Formats: sequence, C-alpha cells, structure tokens
Amino acid sequence: MARTLDWQLATVGAIRDETPTVRSFTLALPGWDGHRAGQHVDLRFTAEDGYSVERSYSIASEPERIGEIDVTVERIPDGEVSPFLHDVVVPGDRLEVRGPIGGYFVWDTSMRGPLLLVAGGSGVVPLMAMVRHRARSGDAAPARLLFSSRTSDEIIYRDELERLSSAGTGFGVFHTLTREQPPGWIGYARRIDERMLAEVLEPLGAEGWTFICGPTALVETAANALVRLGIPADRVRTERFGPTGT
Amino acid sequence: MTDRFVTRGFVGRRGSDQGGDLSSRTPPGQYLTRDFPVLSAGPTPRTPLDRWSLSIDGLVKAPVSWTWEQFLALPARDWTVDISCVTKWTKLDMRWRGVSVDTLLEAIDLEPSAAFAIAWSDGGYTTNLPLADVLNNQAFVAFEYDGKPLAPEHGGPARLVVPGRYFWKSAKWIRGLRIQDRDEPGFWESLGYHNRGDQWREERYSGD
Amino acid sequence: MNESNPSDPAGELAGEAARDPDAEMMVDGNAAAGVLAAIFGAEMTAVPGRCANCGHVHRIAELQAYVRGPGTVLRCPDCHEVVLRVVETTEATYVDARGAAYLVFERRERPG
Repeated sequence: MARTLDWQLATVGAIRDETPTVRSFTLALPGWDGHRAGQHVDLRFTAEDGYSVERSYSIASEPERIGEIDVTVERIPDGEVSPFLHDVVVPGDRLEVRGPIGGYFVWDTSMRGPLLLVAGGSGVVPLMAMVRHRARSGDAAPARLLFSSRTSDEIIYRDELERLSSAGTGFGVFHTLTREQPPGWIGYARRIDERMLAEVLEPLGAEGWTFICGPTALVETAANALVRLGIPADRVRTERFGPTGT
Repeated sequence: MTDRFVTRGFVGRRGSDQGGDLSSRTPPGQYLTRDFPVLSAGPTPRTPLDRWSLSIDGLVKAPVSWTWEQFLALPARDWTVDISCVTKWTKLDMRWRGVSVDTLLEAIDLEPSAAFAIAWSDGGYTTNLPLADVLNNQAFVAFEYDGKPLAPEHGGPARLVVPGRYFWKSAKWIRGLRIQDRDEPGFWESLGYHNRGDQWREERYSGD
Repeated sequence: MNESNPSDPAGELAGEAARDPDAEMMVDGNAAAGVLAAIFGAEMTAVPGRCANCGHVHRIAELQAYVRGPGTVLRCPDCHEVVLRVVETTEATYVDARGAAYLVFERRERPG
C-alpha cells in the first residue's frame, strides 16, 4: 500500500467532549483517499517563529466516512500540544495532517474470525475505529472489547459503546475500572490480568484476531497472557502508547 | 523553500524569555526552554554503583580506572553552563557538579600520538571529541544536577558534559574515555550528524 | 512502575512522561511508521526483520522505538540491541540497517 506522505491542510469541523479531559475533533480533508481502521495520522503544529512539533494520533472514525476523520485527544496538563488542541483550536481552524499511516495495526472485515480488542485508556481510540467499521459493515462475527479505565467518568465513548453492545450484533463491552468504581458497579475492578482475559476470551476461541492498545505495561501484560492462554502470537497485534491513560 | 503553514495560536512549550539579552546566549536556530527534556536512543542503563567504574585507556602509558567511591573522592566543582541540544532546545544556566576532564587526565600520561577521546557509555553509546575540545575546563563528568544526584534518565550516575557542543556529545551513562590517534565517529556522528557539533557554528549535520 | 528492572520499560517511560507528558507518545515501531513510509514509499510496519544480534524475527511494529532524540532508534524487544537507526537531516535521510540481518518484503498482494 504505497501512499505519498505529503502534508495536507485539514479544516476542523465538529468538536465534541468525550470525557472531562478527552475531546474529539472532526477533520475535513478534501484530498483524503480513505484509511483502514487502526491507522493513525501525524499532525504538525508550527508557531510564528518557525518552531514546530509533530504528534501522532490514531484515527477514531470508521473508513466508511468519506472526506473526514475523527481524532480523539486526551488533555495532558503539562503537555506541549494537547492543551493547545483543547484550549485554543476552534471549528474552522486549519491543521496540517499527514497520513494515513500504519499497515500492521489494522483490521477490516476481510480479516475473518472473532475479534478481541483490549484497550487501556486512550488506547481505545484506534480500536474504536475497528468497532465502528464493524458496525457499519454489518459484520456478524463475534467481537468483544475489554476496556480498562481509571473511573467511570473517564470511560471514553461510554454511551456509544453501550448503544453498540446492546444492538444485538454480537458485540460486547467489558469494562474494568482500576481506581474507583461507582456504587452498584458490576464490572471488573482491577488491572487487566490473565484471569480476566480468559473469562472475556472464552466464548471467542483462538481462531480470530486480537488487537491490544494502551500503555506499554498493559499491552505487554495482556499480550503475554493471551499467548499463555493459547492465542497464536501472530494473531495478536499491539500498539504501545506512553504511560498516559490508565 | 516553500513557506511553512503557521498553525493559528500555537506557541509550544517554551520560555517567555525569548529575545532581549538572552538572544545573544541562544545559538542560531535554537529555542529557549525551561524544561529539561529526556531524549534517549535506548533503555536507561541501571548499573549498580558497586559495579560501576570510570576508566581511561587507549594511547596512555598506563590505563586508569576509578570505582564510584574513588571517583567521588576526586576534586569536584560546580559548573553553571548553557546547554544546547541538536533537537533545537537550549537551556540556560544549568547547574551541575562534576569532575573536570583535566582532573581525570592528570591521572594518566598520554602517548605522544594521542589526539582524540572516544567517550563510551553503558548501553553502547559512543561519541568522539578531539582532545583539544575536552582540555582546559571545556568538559567535565557530572554526577549532580541542580543540587541533586544525577537521575538515571538524565544520564546518572555520571555523564559527560561538553557545554561548547550540541548535547549529543555529552554522553550519558559514561563509563570511559578511550584515547586514540585517529578519529572514530560515534553513534550519531556516523549517521548524518556533524563530526564536531559546535552549536555556535550550527554544525548539526555532516556537510554543515 | 518498576524502576529496578532494566528490561521493564515502564520505569523509564514513566520518568520520561513526567517531563514530556504529552499524550499519544507511541513507543513501538508503529511510531516510526510515518518516517519509514516516507523513505521507502511503502508501508513498513508489517515488515519482519531478523535481529543481527540475537536472531529473533520481529515485525518493525514490534520493535522498541526511541523517537524523541536526534534520530529514531528501533531496538529488538528480545536483546535490546539496535536493529534500525534513522536520522532525518535537512538534506537527506540516513538509514542504518546493519542491526537487521535481513528484512522480508512479501511480493504477493495482501487480501482485502
């Protein structure tokens, strides 16, 4: 899949708060050739004096949306870029975008078999593109998302995940809250471990695909546990973010 | 060169102290920062102090090596210097404590043909400097930053500091200087970076 | 966070994040996807490579990436030796692949 990686200008459209610290931005891209779920874009930010930085952001939206993509960004208080995105950027602003990028951590419905998605915090973003792609395509193979967050207020895409998992399409969401649980919480309440993965994995079997994304420690724990549970290592794809998120 | 698109409202995390008399202390192409960014080419080494040593060998009459205790017993002094990284940040008035390379070299006798020092570190990093660039208080081995023991992610327990060169020459986790008669480009010098790295001449890349 | 174990990256990364704590700091070979695609003109993260030091084979996406320094360094997750180094100067991009005994480029079209 050869692509010219030139910078293009995107126009910010809708901006939506997912949680108190996480915000999604719709970027309209006239020259967009489309993407695959799991890919990311690079954004470049340049100040008046020429100082510039680049950051990578997973594409949150499904490939079926034409001409625009969503990125979802967590605001890190001391960050160099995320406070700018949250506090300064408004609809109509233009941002430099390059991509889509990535050929390893991608999933589409042609990859047959059940789908297990394991996310820690903002690691859910590229997996959400996969969830949305699955929903739009009408794929019927079973899929499950095991999603680790610190508190219930910090669950990104909570309502949409609730809606999709209740739609009877064979998609289920399993939450674990690692720091604090609301009264009456019936989900998991600890860091992801082998026992939790075994329970979530059990109905899916070992014939499908697994995608894990989040902080390095979570990704390595989950990947190692799944291999011990009998998942072939070449069916487990991982993407490690820094230790932000849970 | 095409004009770069400017992102409305973006400033970046930089000090507000640009310009004024500080601009004369900022090398060309650099931006002042108040942070101390951590930039690495590999995992942070964690050599226990009871296995750490600093050595000088190569074209010397007799090689020498200091244990951690012996190194700390050497005459040390405070250094306040400006540091520039090739990734464009400059940080002013960084306070270090360390042992001058002159002090280290007093413990050995150089062979007449000695001309270069190759600094080598835990984790395999190397960088090269002409001896002329490290003599006369131009370089020191630091073990404290800002009044505290040098943190591992910043090169602790001890790192080389060469304030007159881009910071990639200030080898973190230094374990020795190998004295040679011939130059030997180090980790970054062998992959496109300038062999000397003088930030005032903006010697970033080979061919600059 | 386990800072005493040299093979546990969470320790050093937590320290790094405390000083450069922006989100989306990808730290495996996926982080090098953009620069590698720009050089090779093709998607590189799925390319398997054999570590010249220990012989293990990993896709580039699975390598440990250090991307915030003067260049990009991709290391073997098994032995931590350097597999690939990339430096982008103003004039050119330098690639040192000596740490890879080989890279494998499949010829057939991928399905889908």
